[in-house]
Amino acid sequence: MIPEVEIVLDGAPVRVPADATLAAALLSVGRMALRRSVDGEPRGALCGMGICFACRVTVDGRTHRRACLEPVRSGMRVTTGD
Amino acid sequence: MAAIPDVLIVGGGIVGVACADALAQDGARVTVLESEFVGAGATAAGMGHIVVMDDSEAQFALTAWSRGLLAGLIDELPADVEHDACGTIWIAVGAAELEEARGKLAFFRARGVVAELLDAAQLREAEPRLRPGLAGGLRVPGDSVVYPPALARWLAARARRAGATIHERVAVERITPDGVMTGNGEFAAPLIVNAAGAHAAVLTPGLPIVPRRGLLAITDRYPKFCRHQLVELGYLQSAHALSDASVAFNVQPRRTGQVLIGSSRELVGWDRVPNRPLLARMLARAVTFMPGLAGMDVIRTWAGFRPATPDKLPLVGPWPDRPGLWIAAGHEGLGITTALGTARLLADLIAGRVPAIDPAPYAAARAAQPVTAA
Repeated sequence: MIPEVEIVLDGAPVRVPADATLAAALLSVGRMALRRSVDGEPRGALCGMGICFACRVTVDGRTHRRACLEPVRSGMRVTTGD
Repeated sequence: MAAIPDVLIVGGGIVGVACADALAQDGARVTVLESEFVGAGATAAGMGHIVVMDDSEAQFALTAWSRGLLAGLIDELPADVEHDACGTIWIAVGAAELEEARGKLAFFRARGVVAELLDAAQLREAEPRLRPGLAGGLRVPGDSVVYPPALARWLAARARRAGATIHERVAVERITPDGVMTGNGEFAAPLIVNAAGAHAAVLTPGLPIVPRRGLLAITDRYPKFCRHQLVELGYLQSAHALSDASVAFNVQPRRTGQVLIGSSRELVGWDRVPNRPLLARMLARAVTFMPGLAGMDVIRTWAGFRPATPDKLPLVGPWPDRPGLWIAAGHEGLGITTALGTARLLADLIAGRVPAIDPAPYAAARAAQPVTAA
């Protein structure tokens, strides 16, 4: 059994694997699109290592956090789609 | 009406393509020779602030007329031009600058330009992310912002529809008795317009135009961070000191939600290697006005080369040393604003019409005085 924690994703509680990056945790629950390009196209984790900036989300009110570099923490509030 | 001779325009920046458009609309057979691609030089590097200036009557006349010409095109502009009628706020730090803002207000009102004085509280309300304690500002709602390379491409397309030919990746090497020599051979025409921006003096020795480098930084997307183009009133001190490297607070909201941060001026020739200490000074100055910028991510910085003249005015008109050669260059940091007026002025002079504004202050011939030996 993989240990899990609860985070708040776009206002709703979601259980995700603990000890993971936020990008990996969101992929594991089927969330690929994390934001929109200027032209409105969906974007999500591409490089997974902090280089491409395609996986930016808002974490606890801080904008443009790279999900692939953000460790999952219990109770963290994540907003996607910006 | 007398036939207008064929015209070769050297330079496909916003000034060159605007001139091509105006001359082609007049019925001239126009060819533009651009060494890279349309809008690749200072046009692509600039902020795209469409602004009425008051630092001289001539600067006012050309900027105000040009702003009006652009306003007449707004409904036709495609979305990628990103026209944003955001207006300008000139920011007064203290009481002395607020007095300066009052002077600016009187100048604009006397000439029919809408402007309004903001006190400290009104400034805070208009732009809550400015630091507290600023004295106020002057809002000029008719100023706006565009994405300059897209506006240049649109003008180039309109010129083509009017019959102009635009050659990209054709570099003009020199002006010849019959036309110009390029890497692709000689082009001949009775009229030549040197619209090569900061490169103009390379082709026409004696033109008092030097590259004046500016640095810009753009952030990630932070929608609604600010609403107006924000410029400190001290900007003109930076813009006018031609000797030393200088910075001024000048921040612009982009339609994408990004924030464009300027500005700097320095005379370093054509050096593209970024001056990091000056960039740091520029960003630090911006943070003193908008502390929230400190926590934002800058995603790109770049340098551009303004075509600077000693008296801050562009050179528009015939060049006396070479019959058939006309100049439309030297717009410093105002080429995006003044391209349309410049083009209209040039076309009027070439066609023998009386221009809407007095052309004398911009006459290229003013620069062609005999040089006295030092």
